[in-house]
Amino acid sequence: MIEVQHLTKRYGRVTAVDDVSFRVEKGEILGFLGPNGAGKTSTMRVITGYMPPTEGKAVVAGFDVFTHPLEAKRRTGYLPETPPLYPDMTVREYLAFTARIKAGQLSTADRKTRVEQVMKKTRIDDVANRQCGKLSKGYKQRVGLAQALIHDPEVLVLDEPTAGLDPKQITETRDLIRSLAGDHTIVLSTHILPEVAQTCQKVVIINKGKVVAVDTPDNLTHQLKGAAALYVQVGSQQDATGVLSQVAGVRAVNVADRHEEFVGYEIESEPNRDIRTEVARAVVNGGLGLLELRPMRMSLEEIFLQLTTEDQPEGPTPAPAARVLEPTSPTGSETANG
Amino acid sequence: MGSSLRNISAIAGKELRSFYSSPIAWVMLGLFALIFGYFFDAAITYFAKASMAGQMGGGPQKVNVNLEMIRPLLSNTTVLILFLLPMVTMRTYSEEKRSGTIELLLTSPLKDVEIILGKFLGAMGMYLGLLAVTAVYMLIVFKYGNPAVKPLLSGYLGLLLFGGGFVAVGLFISTLTSNQMVAGAASFVVFLLFWIISWLGESLGQTMASIMSYLSITEHFDDFGKGIIDTKHIVFYLSFIALGLFLATKSVDSDRWRG
Repeated sequence: MIEVQHLTKRYGRVTAVDDVSFRVEKGEILGFLGPNGAGKTSTMRVITGYMPPTEGKAVVAGFDVFTHPLEAKRRTGYLPETPPLYPDMTVREYLAFTARIKAGQLSTADRKTRVEQVMKKTRIDDVANRQCGKLSKGYKQRVGLAQALIHDPEVLVLDEPTAGLDPKQITETRDLIRSLAGDHTIVLSTHILPEVAQTCQKVVIINKGKVVAVDTPDNLTHQLKGAAALYVQVGSQQDATGVLSQVAGVRAVNVADRHEEFVGYEIESEPNRDIRTEVARAVVNGGLGLLELRPMRMSLEEIFLQLTTEDQPEGPTPAPAARVLEPTSPTGSETANG
Repeated sequence: MGSSLRNISAIAGKELRSFYSSPIAWVMLGLFALIFGYFFDAAITYFAKASMAGQMGGGPQKVNVNLEMIRPLLSNTTVLILFLLPMVTMRTYSEEKRSGTIELLLTSPLKDVEIILGKFLGAMGMYLGLLAVTAVYMLIVFKYGNPAVKPLLSGYLGLLLFGGGFVAVGLFISTLTSNQMVAGAASFVVFLLFWIISWLGESLGQTMASIMSYLSITEHFDDFGKGIIDTKHIVFYLSFIALGLFLATKSVDSDRWRG
């Protein structure tokens, strides 16, 4: 439904997007993840036809956005980072205007129905007669979303749709976006990681204009986990490193935290081997007092930091994960699996 | 073609509504009415004196209301327009750039030229509002005098074309910046330049003088005030408008490339 091929965008000498390629299938939600200034907005602006690419191309719903801009734009709804509202128009007037310029082929009556439907869908019908400029941030964002939906586009491009919202609004917006998938193909950008894990089927991680990974959020966390790690907490203060290292399949044991009431250990096992039962038995048999046992999975957050920072990340990240993911060649659309 | 007209009228309608719902528009119309009223009063007083002098045998026997009153009044209007039109055109495009709403327009299925034409017609609608104010005063002249209609109409045609040229150039300048104050100031300077360009020519010899006076936007207005509709002048103003709109459309496109 959306195909981006070798897209490069340069502003003068600055390269904002560098040879980015990815595809989004019909009905999918793709999360575009990256730190600020990674090239997310530039990529989205090319997809929506706001500006042409320096090299490469973007095809939306079968139309090249550069050679057939009108056809592509008719099928694309776009919510920019700041909702493009006219402050002196009421919400209803504003949506009526956007319906006229985006779905002008519909009759006046049909456009009216569209406006009412979209207001209901985005839950802004209670502010229909208020001026856009006087709305709260959350409402502005929803009016922006309503505008993107007004012509019932096949493709939705949302630039940081939850930025600046309060937690309740964020949940509502995510639910709304999820409910739109299926009918619409969605690309959304964000620098908030849980958002991707909760809403998207596919993640593109981008840094300094380059794609560093393309995969599902689940696969990313799994693959990057590499050698599995376990966290074990015991009540006994005596050193359990020896006992734990003797369990079959264990590669390394480290003390993760030490308190008066308990000691926590990080156990690194051989890849693809579940050692939980053995570890539990060893702890119980050794009379150490098992308090907690859980697998340590790398959070998306850690993956993200690892992929987007050049230095080794600090903190309790399991060491093996660091070597797992090589940056993909920009043309390859799947994550290199170390 | 049909869809183009629809898009243009959608943009023009939006421009008009947002202009007339802003207080600036009404302050501007009010000030314009006030100053024009002052000009009108001065013109009437002058005309009354002249005709009185004529009756007492101290001046020309017949005074013409069109030539002695309406014509100077219309050229005074062009001075007011010089000051007021930058205020109309400065926000047309700059404001969209500043607030980010240009992203809506440029990602909607609209052609650049549709956006520009819509904005041009919208601004012309605002300008017509200003001209409508002067028409009220003209009605007073008709009530108490008997001016000829044709020179008056040709005068208004001239004003329309004259203002159209300014609006098109002002719109072009507005596409160049996201700061409406800069757009307003720059438009005023450019308008003024076209106004005084003929003065410059006089010291530059015969050929330059005639070129400069051809470029002067005011020289072409004179005949309209006299009731003469000359194709030469219409062509001048129409090319002026077309050039402004062409540059504005190109500017939108080049802005897109620069990102």
